[in-house]
Amino acid sequence: MEDRKIMVHVKDLKKNFGKLEVLKGMSIDIAEGEVVVLLGPSGSGKSTFLRCLNQLEIATDGTIIIDDHDVTDKHTDINVVRENIGMVFQHFNLFPHKTVLENITLAPVELKKMTKEEAKDKGMQLLKRVGMEQKADAYPAQLSGGQKQRVAIARALAMNPDIMLFDEPTSALDPEMVGEVLSVMQELAAEGMTMVVVTHEIGFAREVADRIVFMDGGYIVEQGTPDEVISHPKEERTIDFLNKVL
Amino acid sequence: MLHIVETYGAMLLRSLGQTILLTLLSLIFAMIVGLIFALMNVGRNRIFNFIGTLYVDAVRGVPLIVLAYFIYFGIPAGIKSMGIQNFRLTALSAGTIALAMNCGAYMAEIIRAGIESVDKGQMEASRSLGLSYGKSMRLVVLPQAIRTMIPSIINQFIITLKDTSILSVIAFPELTNTGKTIAGNTFKVLETWTIVGLMYMIVIITLSKIAKRIERRANRGR
Repeated sequence: MEDRKIMVHVKDLKKNFGKLEVLKGMSIDIAEGEVVVLLGPSGSGKSTFLRCLNQLEIATDGTIIIDDHDVTDKHTDINVVRENIGMVFQHFNLFPHKTVLENITLAPVELKKMTKEEAKDKGMQLLKRVGMEQKADAYPAQLSGGQKQRVAIARALAMNPDIMLFDEPTSALDPEMVGEVLSVMQELAAEGMTMVVVTHEIGFAREVADRIVFMDGGYIVEQGTPDEVISHPKEERTIDFLNKVL
Repeated sequence: MLHIVETYGAMLLRSLGQTILLTLLSLIFAMIVGLIFALMNVGRNRIFNFIGTLYVDAVRGVPLIVLAYFIYFGIPAGIKSMGIQNFRLTALSAGTIALAMNCGAYMAEIIRAGIESVDKGQMEASRSLGLSYGKSMRLVVLPQAIRTMIPSIINQFIITLKDTSILSVIAFPELTNTGKTIAGNTFKVLETWTIVGLMYMIVIITLSKIAKRIERRANRGR
C-alpha cells in the first residue's frame, strides 16, 4: 500500500460550528484504491469529516489535498475538484423532478463532459451495473429506498470520479434493502475504487474495508485493518462502542 | 344602468384594457425584481442579504399610494430641482414602477420561501456533482420551488390587479379612474360603481379559475 499514490491527504483538519468543535485536528492519508470505513458513535464527526473532503462543509482550519488539489485553498476551483469526487447521501437526494436517467445525465451534460447521447449511453450502462436499467424512465418517487440509493450511486459514478464518499448510505433504508446497496458498493470496491464510507454496518466494514478508522469526539481514536480494530480493538472507547453495536 | 353601458361601454372596456396592461407589465417586472432580491436573500453573502432584506422591508413599509405619489410627483420634482428641465414620467411608467416595486417585494418573499422549502440535500447533491451554485439553483432548486410557489404567485397577481385601482390617484386612465369620471358626469353613482365592481370581479374570478387549473396541472405527477 505504501507505494500507491496518495489520493487524500488531510492534515490537522478542524471544523467548528459556531462554538461547537466537531473536528479537533484530524490527520489521515488515503491511498488510491483504498477502502476506508469510518466508524464511531453519532456526533463523533464522521459525517462532518466526509463533508469537509468535498467542502460541503468549509474546513475551519487545516489542509485537505485531494488528487493533488488543495481544496482548502481559496484559489482552487472547488467545482472542478468535486467533479472527481462522487458522493452518496443518507437520504439519496435524487432530483424528484427528473427521471432516473435524467438524474444521471444532468451533470455530465451540463458540465460538457459528454454529449447528450454519450451521457445516455453511459447512464444506461451504469443503471445496468446497479440493476436499475428497467427503471430508467421512472421518477424517483416511484422507487423504493434501495432502488433510489442504487440510482444515486450510478449518478455519482456518471462523472467518472476518482474517489467516492458514502455518508451512511444504508441508514435510511428498510432492513431488507440494505443488502442490495451494500453489494453494489462491494463490487465497486472490488473494481479498485477509492472509497471513504461512513456506516454502521460492521459486517460490511469487516468484509470490504482495507482500513477501519474509529472516531470519537472529533479525533481518530484508533485505526488499522478490520482484524485489528474490530476483532482486536485496543482502545477503551473502541471496545465500548463495539460492545454496544455488535 | 343600461344608459351607462350604452354611452360609456367602450370607454369602460378600454380602461379595463389599460388596467390589464398595467397589471401585466408590473407583474413581469415584479417577477424579475422578486427573483433578484429573493436570490440575494437566500445566498450566503451578508451584504446581499442586507440589501435584500432592506428592499423588502422598505417597500413593504410604505403604502402603495405613497410610493405612487413619490415616483410620479416626487422624483420628477427632484430631478427638476437638479436643473434637468425636460424630464417627464408618464402615468403608465410611474404606475408600472410603483406596482412592480411593491409587488416585487412580496414576490421576493414568495420566491424566497419557495426556495427555502426545497430540501437542502438537493443543493448539496447538485454541488457534489460539480455543478456551480447558479446552475444548481437554476436546474435543481428553482424548478422544484416553483411548484410550491404557484398558488402564492397567482394570489399575488390578483392582489396586484386590484392594486392598479390605487393608481387612479396619479391620473392613470385605468378602470377605477374611469369610474370616477363616469360617476361625476352622470351622477349615477350607484350604477357606475356596480358596473365597475362587476367588471373587476369577472376578470378576477376568471383568473382564479385559470389559476386553479394551472395549479392542478403542476401538481400532477408529483
